Amino acid sequence: MRPFTYERAWTPAAAAVAAAGTPGAKFIAGGTNLLDLMKLQIETPLHLIDINGLALDKIEPTPEGGLQVGALVRNTDLAADARVRRDYPLLSRALLAGASGQLRNRATTAGNLLQRTRCPYFYDTNMPCNKRNPGSGCAALEGFSRPLAVIGGSGACIATNPSDMAVAMRALDAVVTTVGPAGESRTIAMADFHRLPGDTPHLESVLAPGELITGVTLPKPAGGTQIYHKVRDRASYAFALISVAAIVHKDGTGRVALGGVAPKPWRVEAAEADMPRGAKAVTSQLLAGAAPTSDNAFKLLLVERTLGAAMTEARG
Amino acid sequence: MKFDTPATTNPIDQLKVVGHPIDRIDGRYKVTGTAPYAYERHDAVGNPAYGFVIGAAIAKGRIASMDLAAAKAAPGVLAVITAENAGQLAKGDMNTVKLLAGPDIDHYHQAVALVVAETFEQARDGAEKVRIDYVRGQGRFDLAAARDGAGMAGSGYWGPPATSVGDFAGAFAAAPVQLDATYTTPDQGHAMMEPHASTAAWDGDKLTLWTSNQMIAWGVGDVAKTLGVAAENVRLISPFVGGGFGGKLFVRADAILAALGARAAKRPVKVALTRPLMFNNTTHRPATIQRIRIGASRDGKITAIGHESWSGDQPDGQPETTVGQTRLIYAGANRMTAMRLATLHLPEGNAMRAPGEAPGMMALEIAMDEMAEKLGLDPIAFRDLNDTQVDPESPDRPFSQRQLVECFRLGAARFGWDKRSPRPGAARDGRWLVGLGVAAAFRNNLVMASGARVRLDRRGLVTVETDMTDIGTGSYTIIAQTAAEMMGLPIDKVVVRLGDSAFPVSAGSGGQWGGNSSTAGVYAACVRLRDTVVERLRLNAAEVTFADGQVRSGDRTVPLAEAAADGDLVAEDKIEYGDLAKRYQQSTFGAHFVEVGVDAATAEIRVRRMLAVCAAGRILNPKSARSQVIGAMTMGVGAALMEELVVDKRRGFFVNHDLAGYEVPVHADIPHQEVAFLDEADPMSSPMKAKGVGELGLCGVGAAVANAIYNATGVRVRDYPVTLDKLLPLMS
Ligand SMILES: Cc1cc2nc3c(=O)[nH]c(=O)nc-3n(C[C@H](O)[C@H](O)[C@H](O)COP(=O)(O)OP(=O)(O)OC[C@H]3O[C@@H](n4cnc5c(N)ncnc54)[C@H](O)[C@@H]3O)c2cc1C
Ligand code: SF4
Repeated sequence: MRPFTYERAWTPAAAAVAAAGTPGAKFIAGGTNLLDLMKLQIETPLHLIDINGLALDKIEPTPEGGLQVGALVRNTDLAADARVRRDYPLLSRALLAGASGQLRNRATTAGNLLQRTRCPYFYDTNMPCNKRNPGSGCAALEGFSRPLAVIGGSGACIATNPSDMAVAMRALDAVVTTVGPAGESRTIAMADFHRLPGDTPHLESVLAPGELITGVTLPKPAGGTQIYHKVRDRASYAFALISVAAIVHKDGTGRVALGGVAPKPWRVEAAEADMPRGAKAVTSQLLAGAAPTSDNAFKLLLVERTLGAAMTEARG
Repeated sequence: MKFDTPATTNPIDQLKVVGHPIDRIDGRYKVTGTAPYAYERHDAVGNPAYGFVIGAAIAKGRIASMDLAAAKAAPGVLAVITAENAGQLAKGDMNTVKLLAGPDIDHYHQAVALVVAETFEQARDGAEKVRIDYVRGQGRFDLAAARDGAGMAGSGYWGPPATSVGDFAGAFAAAPVQLDATYTTPDQGHAMMEPHASTAAWDGDKLTLWTSNQMIAWGVGDVAKTLGVAAENVRLISPFVGGGFGGKLFVRADAILAALGARAAKRPVKVALTRPLMFNNTTHRPATIQRIRIGASRDGKITAIGHESWSGDQPDGQPETTVGQTRLIYAGANRMTAMRLATLHLPEGNAMRAPGEAPGMMALEIAMDEMAEKLGLDPIAFRDLNDTQVDPESPDRPFSQRQLVECFRLGAARFGWDKRSPRPGAARDGRWLVGLGVAAAFRNNLVMASGARVRLDRRGLVTVETDMTDIGTGSYTIIAQTAAEMMGLPIDKVVVRLGDSAFPVSAGSGGQWGGNSSTAGVYAACVRLRDTVVERLRLNAAEVTFADGQVRSGDRTVPLAEAAADGDLVAEDKIEYGDLAKRYQQSTFGAHFVEVGVDAATAEIRVRRMLAVCAAGRILNPKSARSQVIGAMTMGVGAALMEELVVDKRRGFFVNHDLAGYEVPVHADIPHQEVAFLDEADPMSSPMKAKGVGELGLCGVGAAVANAIYNATGVRVRDYPVTLDKLLPLMS
């Protein structure tokens, strides 16, 4: 771990100003991802801005009939909120499928969105990794890629985004709200929040330097039957091989987002028109152009089967 | 005490304390955080410095240059140890390659340096500042690719590398029903909770190492040899071990580097391996390829059985001995086994819980399931038909005791085996395809010489001292039970002190020999203490009884404590074994029953029920024995469904080197587990009449799970772990 300096921020604007003005600064929220990466010398911030004192820990109704979730709402609290459980069960289920009770008590909404990949080579600083060390190469492409992406990756990186929460938020059409160093706020649709790797896999979101997430807005409830099915090798406490977030209405229409298959939560709105025709039709569009490795080609069939099971379950 | 004739009636047979489900006496310390582990000996060592180990960044090659200047100048750094400045170091007898590498690198994450600093964080930061340039060499990392070039392994504790009885080839070719199948098991990590850790302190030329080690005397020997110091100047202390599973049988880099660091920094130094280092720096269970051929008559009698195995290790390494059980477990006149060993430059392979039999039974017991199906026989009936009460290679050598058939019988009744449909895919519970599987459990019973010292004081307390370790197995408790039984005391009058090389050399913890052998050593010492008491109290030895804290002889009854009224009575002895283990084959047996559910759509696998029935001699403490077996069953589920050190065949290392990548079962993976023990006492094993049980519980579990998956789905997976991607394409 590199030595670093530390400060506490008390307002979102001040936090953004400090972050933009201090070289090598990073925000720290729950710290459950950032600290692990610092110990392994994968993240090497020179300065930490602790944002836990910001009053961004509330869940409030919006005039549009949705919910505004503060950036610092802990994963446990978000999953347990009665309104979330009633109106956005998909989100609650996705959160509870992630990490462990102890981690969720600490992990925040914004931190969860920005958690980094679990590609094993990213975690080993002896290995080439374009995401960790731009230009060094990608050890995974010809190495162990079973957990990695089948779509959306590039010749530079095939890592997945490991978040479960973000997959549900993508299906729910959530919107990220931020504040920048000049005090300006903006909104970013979940669809646009994460980047695909291209030649710059180290850039994972569209946030500008110093830009602070203040919260996530959930639009008014989508209704339908909401299923989050996370498939993994052990029953709990593991990252997804793949996950399916599905919202299925009585008439067979709905929405689908996938986790574990791409560098970002994966959703193709056009594919959803085929939902009444069944999982195979949807999957072939959702994963059109997939470029799996021999290690992870099974994910394509797994998505189709899991989506099929979710649609059957939703029909009762 | 020489144990060379079968045990007759002795005080242990009273079973007043032995054989009872007494709570672990170390349990309270563990759950209250008062059991001191090697890295936390604040009680014994003031002001230690911290060492951080740097592992090699390449798998094979050499160090071209090392630049230590920045590290040495970093805040708090006290010393940087490398092979260049550490002085002459030998390789320990139990190590396959050197624990401190340089300039040559034998495997990934082999230690190349230790940075010692005032704090852990400073040591880690200093380690990041060490600049090392490597020259990469060519290594071999792929067992499948090396298979064809692998030569026959050497002989060793496992016996000869190849065996042959009768005419295997002819009998197999002639058999009307044949199976010829190849199975693979992956590299596995011990993944115990407590990392390898040591605190070292020098007093002149005397070294004390508080370390986490299963085998104290081996450890003293290899520390002395590696450092070139006299064994009598080395003291190892390891009273609590947070799991080892074979990964702590040997001295590892933490101990040697802590000692070198302490010498250089001139103060105590403590070193723990980080989780990533544990997987590639230390030992692991090597991957295997196993070819099994079974030929049988139409009525199900095995006429030919052959088991060949390939594994890899560093040059001068050893094979994973997967064929051992196949020499013994089933009848059949024509037999062969062979073990081949390839040179690989992966981290060194070595023992992990039930070495040999664990992966061997994973393969053999699927083969038996496949063969039963070919024969149209129930898998239990097929095993019963081929039971043998003698060593099938030398029929004049009987098993000391063998109740495998009885284990299956009891287990089948308890588990409801008769409800299993032999037709795969026949049972369904909602979205789950449900299957039942069975496998035999088999593990040899090994015996090792073991010593102990017992002391009676005037309060009537008996203190037992032995260098035996308790790696979470219950050694403290069964040793206390043994001494209490022998001396006629309640268990709270016995104090047990373990894991210190100042105590008599014991069997240590490994190979499931520890429970039986170490208590037999305590038995021997207690026999001697009883004699001393009788002499001191001038009683008639012939008719003496020790009970309720009293010694009785004829009409005289004297409190035991009185024998020590004028000073402590101390007795020391050890158990040594004659040739009973040669004349009788000593093994432990069991039957594993497993029910799984496989998601019909996603092929997710969940174990739903498990039962193990064990026949393993006298059960010294049913509670700690049960804990051993359910822990082993859990490990077996891990081996069956998820555990695999993934080899990067180009870069030559285990990629998933943390506990997020190397998955072991969590609570949600493990259903209710039932364990039953047959009522046995084996007079050939020791005066305790006990045998090992801690490894038996693992052997066969993986195959029972795989067989249940086959019964659920009709998909036969022969490559462990059985993950959903191997089932999915074959399930409609
Ligand atoms: C063992 C383990 C298992 C896990 N399993 C899962 C799992 O199964 N599924 C899953 O989804 N997740 C899993 N996680 C990840 C976990 O969800 C994340 O670690 C957590 O959500 C991160 O939140 P945090 O608040 O602790 O973030 P931090 O670690 O504090 O921060 C993460 C990143 O976000 C940035 N950041 C934080 N807040 C803001 C803000 N307001 N504005 C801008 N940037 C910000 C930080 O600078 C940092 O780069 C697991 C983690 C661990 C350690
Ligand atoms: S897939 Fe991405 S994260 Fe993994 S090694 Fe390649 S560049 Fe790094």
